[in-house]
Amino acid sequence: MNNNIDWKKYFIVFLITIGLFLTAGYLSNYLGNKKIDQLKSIQDKIAIDILSSETQFSLLSELSCKNVSGSLLSGELEELGRKLDWGQDNLGSTEEVSYLKKYYSLLQIKDYLLMKKISSSCGVKSAFILYFYTTAENCSLCEEESLVLTSLRNKYEELRVYSFDYSTDLSAVKALLKIYKIKDTELPALILDDDLLTGFHTLEDLESRVKKSFKLQETKPPAGENQSDKKSS
Amino acid sequence: MISILNITFYVLIFLSVYVQVFFFVTFLENRKRIIVRNSKIKLRSYPSVTIAVSCFNEEATVGKTIQSIFSLNYPKDKIEILIVDDGSLDNTWNIISKFAQYSNVKIFRKENGGKYTALNLALEHTKTDFFGGLDADSFADPESLVRIMSYFEKDSNIMAVVPSVTVYDFKNTIQNTQKVEYHMGVYLKKMLGFLGGINVTPGPMTIFRKCVFDDLGPYKHGHNTEDMEIAFRMQKNLYKIEHCNDAYVYTTTPTTLGKLYRQRLRWIYGFINNTLDYKSVILRKKYGNFSIFTLPMGIISIISVTYLFCRIIYNLVSFIYSKIIVLKTVGFNFTNTNFNFDPFFLNIRFFIFLVVLVYFLVIFAMISGRKMAEGKWRISLSMVYFFPIFSIIAPLWIISAVYSTLLRRLPAWR
Repeated sequence: MNNNIDWKKYFIVFLITIGLFLTAGYLSNYLGNKKIDQLKSIQDKIAIDILSSETQFSLLSELSCKNVSGSLLSGELEELGRKLDWGQDNLGSTEEVSYLKKYYSLLQIKDYLLMKKISSSCGVKSAFILYFYTTAENCSLCEEESLVLTSLRNKYEELRVYSFDYSTDLSAVKALLKIYKIKDTELPALILDDDLLTGFHTLEDLESRVKKSFKLQETKPPAGENQSDKKSS
Repeated sequence: MISILNITFYVLIFLSVYVQVFFFVTFLENRKRIIVRNSKIKLRSYPSVTIAVSCFNEEATVGKTIQSIFSLNYPKDKIEILIVDDGSLDNTWNIISKFAQYSNVKIFRKENGGKYTALNLALEHTKTDFFGGLDADSFADPESLVRIMSYFEKDSNIMAVVPSVTVYDFKNTIQNTQKVEYHMGVYLKKMLGFLGGINVTPGPMTIFRKCVFDDLGPYKHGHNTEDMEIAFRMQKNLYKIEHCNDAYVYTTTPTTLGKLYRQRLRWIYGFINNTLDYKSVILRKKYGNFSIFTLPMGIISIISVTYLFCRIIYNLVSFIYSKIIVLKTVGFNFTNTNFNFDPFFLNIRFFIFLVVLVYFLVIFAMISGRKMAEGKWRISLSMVYFFPIFSIIAPLWIISAVYSTLLRRLPAWR
């Protein structure tokens, strides 16, 4: 009977298995870092673009609106947002991902301020929603509201949605929360045309509000229209 | 709670990788000992062998099974054939009666009592030193017996030799998939043979020294897996079982998912319950690798498959639930859906690499098994669709076998 147990082999296989685990861990970590680097480079690019748009706007706003409105960044910001969310779920909530999320929030605020300025100065038809949610606790209404906003954004190109995690530790986000008096018990919360909407809002409800916002803009002439028209002609 | 589930998941992955690596290392250690003999071989002497064919409603195949015994490349006067009709309700008895005219064939008819009772009746009439069964739905390759007997000739400590069982006449996808699985079985059996840890002596053409039954007693019911029970009993009594990889036996396999499900439910139920019957053997170094590797490996496989299946079901339910929420909140809205592939979203969690590694080692087992069974290194498409098909259906019979064990409900034979 072959009942001799080769303990050495059991041990060697154990070591090989440990080695395979460590290699898999290293590989996963390495590729994870590559993805974080990718996120960083997208973010840096967006930061430069926003800074460039701001500068361009400052230089040219008094001359022409045409050039400035061409540099809309919503697509890239949106993609970055999706990648960051995925990164948070799949790469683990590493310090780097949460740092990138802070940076992303800041970029969104800058984009929001710039786009609002362009919209009012150049008469670009647009609507803005600031959306506050939480990941600190299970918020099923937040998940549903996110779906509604994604659907709405897909439908209206001119609609820009900026999402902020309530628990983001960034003074600029905290300032927004303070300005609009948003409490963590009222999430999800939305700011549309400076109105605070708390709790879940249906697609139909938000759609009618967005349309109303577009209508208001049509009746209101842009602030810098006469001036820029004169100068560009 | 989540962390306990995650830890369980990682432990199971570790053990699954360990088992596959253990097989692979065993293969590397013994690869030069795996020989496929393509030509006819001769023995110094040809001991007499009794081959028992037990049948219950096997009118479609039993004639061919007996013919395959007649075609064996072994002296005719050294083969005794005992055919037992275990109370068939079809034309089996008439078919086997035609073989009664041969001097080395004896036929018996009895009330249905299960395969083990038919084999025991044959054992009672066995006068030779070697005994083996051949299921009435299986066909022996002409060279199988002589190759098996060559193992007994070279090592007097060997008490049983199991053949390589492969699929006969595969016609549909279900059978094609089983063919791949049987090839993997050849590889695993060979490795377990090297380790001295074989846990089943299959009904088709396993040959025993008759003294095994004289010493340990006849076949038992063994939860409808008498061929597994006798192997467990032999291992408990430190009887050596070998695998002869180039002794081929072809078996007819279930043609439908329902039949396959019933067959595998019986096998897994048999494994679980025989393991419970022989639990005193587990993790006792006295019983060798059978106790330290084979049985724990079987238990780990059952737990892993059950756990993974539950996890997949949980993920599937979560996915469907999320889709329902989408429908409820925004309705059907497929506009602007972006299907562009972005490698960024590829999952790179560390266990993915290990799961891929396990898949590769399993494919290696299939290819090596095929090489051992057919003498050729070949990849086939069925190796690819084996995974999705068996990943879906195998957990069902495993979970069902666990459930039947808990309820003490014996699955039907077929």
